[in-house]
Amino acid sequence: MTGRGLVVVLPYLWLLLFFVVPFAIVLKISFSDVDLAIPPYKPLWEWTGKNALAIKVNFNNYVFLFTDSLYIKALLNSLKVAFFSSLLCLIIGYPMAYGIARARPALRNVLLLLVILPFWTSLLLRVYAWIGLLKANGVINNVLIWLGIIHEPLTMLYTPFAMYVGIVYSYLPFLILPLYANLEKMDWQLLEAAEDLGCRPWQAFYKITLPLSRNGMLAGSMLVFIPAVGEFVIPALLGGPNALMIGRVLWDEFFSNRAWPVASAVAILLLILLVPFMMWYQSVQSNESAGSK
Amino acid sequence: MIDVKAIPAVKASPWNDPNVRPYVRLERLTKSFGDFKAVDDISLNIYKGEIFCLLGASGCGKTTLLRMLGGFETPTSGRIFIDGDDMTGVPPYERPVNMMFQSYALFPHMNVEENVAFGLKQDRVAKHEIAERVATMLELVKLGGFAKRKPHQLSGGQRQRVALARSLVKRPKLLLLDEPLGALDKKLREHTQFELISLQDKLGVTFVVVTHDQEEAMTLASRIGVMDHGEIVQAGTPTEIYEFPSSKFVADFVGSVNIFEGKLTEDEPQYVRIASEELGATIYVSHGISAAPDATVWAAVRPEKIYMSTEPPDGTDNTVRGAVQDIAYLGDLSIYLVKLPTGKIVRVTRPNTSRHAEAITWDQQVYLSWDASSPVVVTR
Repeated sequence: MTGRGLVVVLPYLWLLLFFVVPFAIVLKISFSDVDLAIPPYKPLWEWTGKNALAIKVNFNNYVFLFTDSLYIKALLNSLKVAFFSSLLCLIIGYPMAYGIARARPALRNVLLLLVILPFWTSLLLRVYAWIGLLKANGVINNVLIWLGIIHEPLTMLYTPFAMYVGIVYSYLPFLILPLYANLEKMDWQLLEAAEDLGCRPWQAFYKITLPLSRNGMLAGSMLVFIPAVGEFVIPALLGGPNALMIGRVLWDEFFSNRAWPVASAVAILLLILLVPFMMWYQSVQSNESAGSK
Repeated sequence: MIDVKAIPAVKASPWNDPNVRPYVRLERLTKSFGDFKAVDDISLNIYKGEIFCLLGASGCGKTTLLRMLGGFETPTSGRIFIDGDDMTGVPPYERPVNMMFQSYALFPHMNVEENVAFGLKQDRVAKHEIAERVATMLELVKLGGFAKRKPHQLSGGQRQRVALARSLVKRPKLLLLDEPLGALDKKLREHTQFELISLQDKLGVTFVVVTHDQEEAMTLASRIGVMDHGEIVQAGTPTEIYEFPSSKFVADFVGSVNIFEGKLTEDEPQYVRIASEELGATIYVSHGISAAPDATVWAAVRPEKIYMSTEPPDGTDNTVRGAVQDIAYLGDLSIYLVKLPTGKIVRVTRPNTSRHAEAITWDQQVYLSWDASSPVVVTR
């Protein structure tokens, strides 16, 4: 085989082995019936008698997702949390990305490094660190009490607040980096041209920078939104027992209830729901590279 | 409506008339970046309807000067007056000045029409008036059919015209152009130069143009300011700059020139004689100059003012012998590099007036001579 062919085949082989095959397995399980066995589901097809193959496709798992309100609630809540997390990331991340893009080149690399630095530690460790910061006798409460601002410790851990803090903190770099890449490409002379034509600096920002960074904002928001919808670790550790997220429901179904078929159905449903967002992200990305002539 | 009826541009020479008030006045303008003086104590008057070209090599401070006129840089010291108003500290968005950027800086997310209308919308001009003025302007720059195109769908020349329309539609008192033709190819550039002049003539707007291209400056300008190291070393009409350069630098920067160093041997009001070792001869100049006796001076002779012949010319003044070392045939003219016995290379150009000109060829011995009125003597 030629090297050229190998270059094409390898990624496809990789995707086939580690994406398509596992996905097919999950899809298969989602149509199976639950069973007290190992693995805990009934096979989809069986040889009955000599030459007959019986295929039992079971839609009950999907029907169940829509009959028990838990799943829809969890899904809607996940979408809500992901939406507001993206929004918060955008509000916090835009000024940061803008500041980095306009910094001196030497400083710019340092700032970018600082944005990426948290990735050098495991996500789990960083979320645990937030527990230490947010808990009743944690760092934040202790400092506030020591300063005399509060007298009773605030309840922050195991609240939606803590969950948002965790998600926004963890996903912020995913918003900053594409947005920075977009802003960095911008021709700053456009702002001078706008000022020359009568815009105050904030008007120039609103009329030129903001519309031109639209693709960067969308791409960054999608990179926060898509994984945040399925986020499991952060709500579990920081959000407390009441944080109803689809990722946690999936985990519970899979590990606590050993209901692999239902868990698989949840996974498939989540995937179907996120595909439009991913396609949107893709089209924004290709627009971005086409538009940067 | 834009009044396209010809407003008479400067055909007279207001800079020679002490009664005409300058339109733009720079008073001892200086801009420092740290220890570096990008613009060093420039005082300059520009008159209404002029096309004033700032000509200089990159880093000479011409762009900084232009940006100060536009309000993008704040002068370290000195003042800027436009039409009598002190504009020194006024931000760009409040100046009656528009700029055409070198990169054109067209807004990529807006079409041609929106780009041109941008400044008018910003000034809250009435909608129907915006439409009218934009349409007139687009007609004027011959882009009538392109209103709905996005900048990336246009050619370089069309983009240049959009940028021009966008900066002119607000009817600025002063239009600043940063290397306006720099991004165009040679043919288009020549054509656009003349278009630019006729447009300026129609609208009567005062132009300040920054360029490093002396040909561009010569074609466009009513006056040229030659800049070097943050200073304007000479300001004058293209003819003055070319024929009467005030220094070696100007003579050398504008056009090509042969410069011979020498000492004044005779210094009379009517003529001077310069003994030049470099030339291996004496230069006779038919006008007086002001320099100390025995001073070192430089005589500058333009290549097209040197006669070249195979026979010795009449008279002995301003004549040297040499050997043709190199010939460059450019079609309309040829450049000859002639090596003198002293080792000095002299550049001579001859128009190719005849298709079968007598051939002067490589290594041939030739006589070079020039009129006594041709050399320009400079003392620095």
